[in-house]
Amino acid sequence: MPNLGETMSKRPLATRRHVLAAGTAAAALMGFPALLGAQARTVKIGVLHPVTGGLSYSGIQGRHGAQIAIDEINAAGGLKGLGGAKIEPVLADAPSGPAGVAEVAKLNEAGVVAIQGPFASGIALPTTQEAARFGIPFLVDVGVVDQIVQRGLTNTFRFGPGFGKITGGALDNLAAINDAAGKPAKTVFLVHEDGAFGGGMAKLMATELPKRGFEVVGTEAHPTPHRDFTNIVLKIKSANPDLVIPSNYLNEFVLFARTLRQQRVNPKAVYAVLGGGASNIKFVKEHNADAQHIMDVNHWFDPRKPQSQAFQRAVEAKGVDLTYEVMLNHACMHVLAEAIDRAGSTDRAKVTAALAASTFDRHIMPYGPTKFVNGQNEGAQAVNTQIVGQRIEVIFPRAFASAQPVFPVPPKS
Amino acid sequence: MGELGIVVPAVLAGLTTGAIYALVALGLTLIYGVLHIINFAHGSLLMLALYAAFFLKTLWGIDPYAAVFVLGPAFFALGYVLQRGVIWPASHGQDSMILMVTLGLSIVIDNLALALWTSSTRTVDLPYAFAVIDLKLALIPLPRAVAFVAALAAAGLLWLFLARTDLGRAIRAVAKERLGAQLVGIDVRHVYAMCFGLGTACVAVAACLLLPTFYVTPQVGHAFVLVAFTTVVLGGMGSMEGALIGGLVLGVVETLCGLFLGESLGQIGIFAIFILILLFRPTGLFGGKSA
Repeated sequence: MPNLGETMSKRPLATRRHVLAAGTAAAALMGFPALLGAQARTVKIGVLHPVTGGLSYSGIQGRHGAQIAIDEINAAGGLKGLGGAKIEPVLADAPSGPAGVAEVAKLNEAGVVAIQGPFASGIALPTTQEAARFGIPFLVDVGVVDQIVQRGLTNTFRFGPGFGKITGGALDNLAAINDAAGKPAKTVFLVHEDGAFGGGMAKLMATELPKRGFEVVGTEAHPTPHRDFTNIVLKIKSANPDLVIPSNYLNEFVLFARTLRQQRVNPKAVYAVLGGGASNIKFVKEHNADAQHIMDVNHWFDPRKPQSQAFQRAVEAKGVDLTYEVMLNHACMHVLAEAIDRAGSTDRAKVTAALAASTFDRHIMPYGPTKFVNGQNEGAQAVNTQIVGQRIEVIFPRAFASAQPVFPVPPKS
Repeated sequence: MGELGIVVPAVLAGLTTGAIYALVALGLTLIYGVLHIINFAHGSLLMLALYAAFFLKTLWGIDPYAAVFVLGPAFFALGYVLQRGVIWPASHGQDSMILMVTLGLSIVIDNLALALWTSSTRTVDLPYAFAVIDLKLALIPLPRAVAFVAALAAAGLLWLFLARTDLGRAIRAVAKERLGAQLVGIDVRHVYAMCFGLGTACVAVAACLLLPTFYVTPQVGHAFVLVAFTTVVLGGMGSMEGALIGGLVLGVVETLCGLFLGESLGQIGIFAIFILILLFRPTGLFGGKSA
C-alpha cells in the first residue's frame, strides 16, 4: 500500500522560494475563493478521515475509497447537472473528535459543499454536530453507534447500517445458517474486548442467543491491547463449545485466531460480529491457514454488481487492500455526487434536501435503492462473509451470496 | 470446572511470556543501574527492533532467529550513537533533562514509525510458528519455548560479561562510584554509551524472539515497557538476576490473575505487586546488591 512516508520522503525540502510561493498561493486562495472556483469549475467535497494516529489504517483506506470514486466520476465527465463540473476532494485529517471539529471549521472555510467520513463513531458524533452549525450536509461512512442519527441533526446522514441492525441481522443469520446445516451447533463461547463495543455486543449476545436455541457456555472479556490469549483459549478448550463468537479489534483478533490453532482448538465455526480481522484481506493473505473458514458479519460489497467489477480493478491497480472502509467510502462518494448532480446546485441546503430524497442504487453495496429516514439509510445491512481459500466470500443473505457457507468447518491440521 | 487442569499450561505460558518481559527489563535495568537513566524510549526501541526484524524477514527472507546476529550488533551501535550523539549532549549532565530527552525520543520514534509504516498491523508467517512441544499436560508452542531458553541464555551471557570482562568491571565501577572510576582512568562517556548500547541490544534480541508469535504496530512498545518498569522495580533497580526473576514472576502472576479474575484484571496483579514493593521493599527483591 502506498503510505504517507513515501510521499513525505519524496517531497523536496522547503526553500525560502517555495515558502514564498506557497504563501502567495494560499493568500490568493483565501482572498478569491469564488473566482478560483469559477475558473476551475470544480465542486469541493470534504473527505474527512483519521489518517494519522491509531486509526490511520482505516482512515487511509477510507480516503482511497473516496478517491477511486472521484476519479471514476470525473473521468465519466463530472457532474452533468452542473455543466460537467469536476469533483475536487478537500482532504482533512481527524485523528480524534476534537481534531475533527477543528478540521470541519477549516473545510467550511474552504467552501466544501458536503463532507463524508470519518470512519469512527467517536469522531462522527462531534464532527457531524460541528458541520450542522455551518449547514454542511455530512454523509457518515462507517460509524456504527446509533446515536449518530438519533440526535435530530438534519444535515447528518448515515449510508451504512448501525449497531442494532447489524447485531440483529447477525443473530438471525447465524440461526438460519445453523438450521440449514441441521442444527449442528448448540453451545457458544463468547470472547470480547472489554470496551463499549465488545462489552455491548457480548451483553446483547448473552440475552439473545438463548432465545434462538443456543446455550452460552462461557464468556471471557479481555483488554485492548492484549498480549496473550493462551488462558482464554485454554478455557475454550476445556468448555469445548460448538461455536466461538469473538468481538474484538484487528490485532487481538489475529493473536486469538493464531492461539486457537496453536492450542489445536477446533470449534464447528468461529463466527465474528464486526470482527476486526475476519473481513480484512491482509489477514487472509498473511495467515491464510489460520483464517480459513472464519465467518464474519460486517460491511461488505455486493461482488456481483456491474459497478463492483470496475471497483475491484481500480482497487487492485492502486495496490490498496480490499477492505470495507474502501467499499463504503466509494459508495458514499457516488451517493453524494448523485445528490449534488440532481440538486443542480452547490447550495448546501439544496444538496441536503437532494440527499434526503436520494433513491440512488448504482453503488457497490448490497443495499438496494438509498432511502434515508431520519438520516439513516433504511436499506443498509451487514452481510455474512466467510474466508474460503484466498478470498472473502459473501455467504448470507442468499440474495447477495457469492458462495455457499462452509459449516460446520472441517478441522484444521 | 476443569480450571485446575488449565493451571499447569497457564503457568508454563506465563513463564514464556515472563522470559520476554525479563529480556526487555534486562536492557532497562542495565541502563538504569549504571546511567541512572529512566529510559522512556525503551518501548519505542523495542518497536523499532520489531519492525527491523519484520523487514529483514519480508524483504530479504532472513529468519527472525538468525536476525538476532544482525540486529543485536546493529541496535548496539544505534544505542551507542543515541547515547553519545543525542542523550549525553542534550542532557547537560542533569538527570531530569535525560528523562525529558528519552521521552522526546520516544515520541519522535513512535510518530516517525506511524508516518513511515502507518498503524497497519504486521505479522510474519513462519513454517514453525505452529509447531508445538507436547508435554501431555500442556502444548507449548515452539517459538515460545525458544524464546524462553534464549532469554535465559542472554541473561546468563550478560551476567558473565559484567562479572568477568574488563568492560564489565568498568561498568560496575562507574555504577558504584562515577567520580572514582573517572579518577582511575575509566572513560566514563564511553562506558555510558556502551551500557546504553548493550541495553538497546537486549531489546533487539527480545524483538527477534517475540516476532514469530506477536505482531508489530507503532504502538506495540507501550504494551511491554510498563511491565518492564515494574519488573525492574520488583527485581531491584540495576540488578540483573532481579530483572530475570522479576520478569518470570510477573509473567506467571499476570497469567494466574487473568485465569482466576478474568483477563481484564490480568494486569492488576502486576501493579498490585508494583505498589506493594514500593511500600515495603523499595529496593526490590535483589536491590541490596545491585550490579
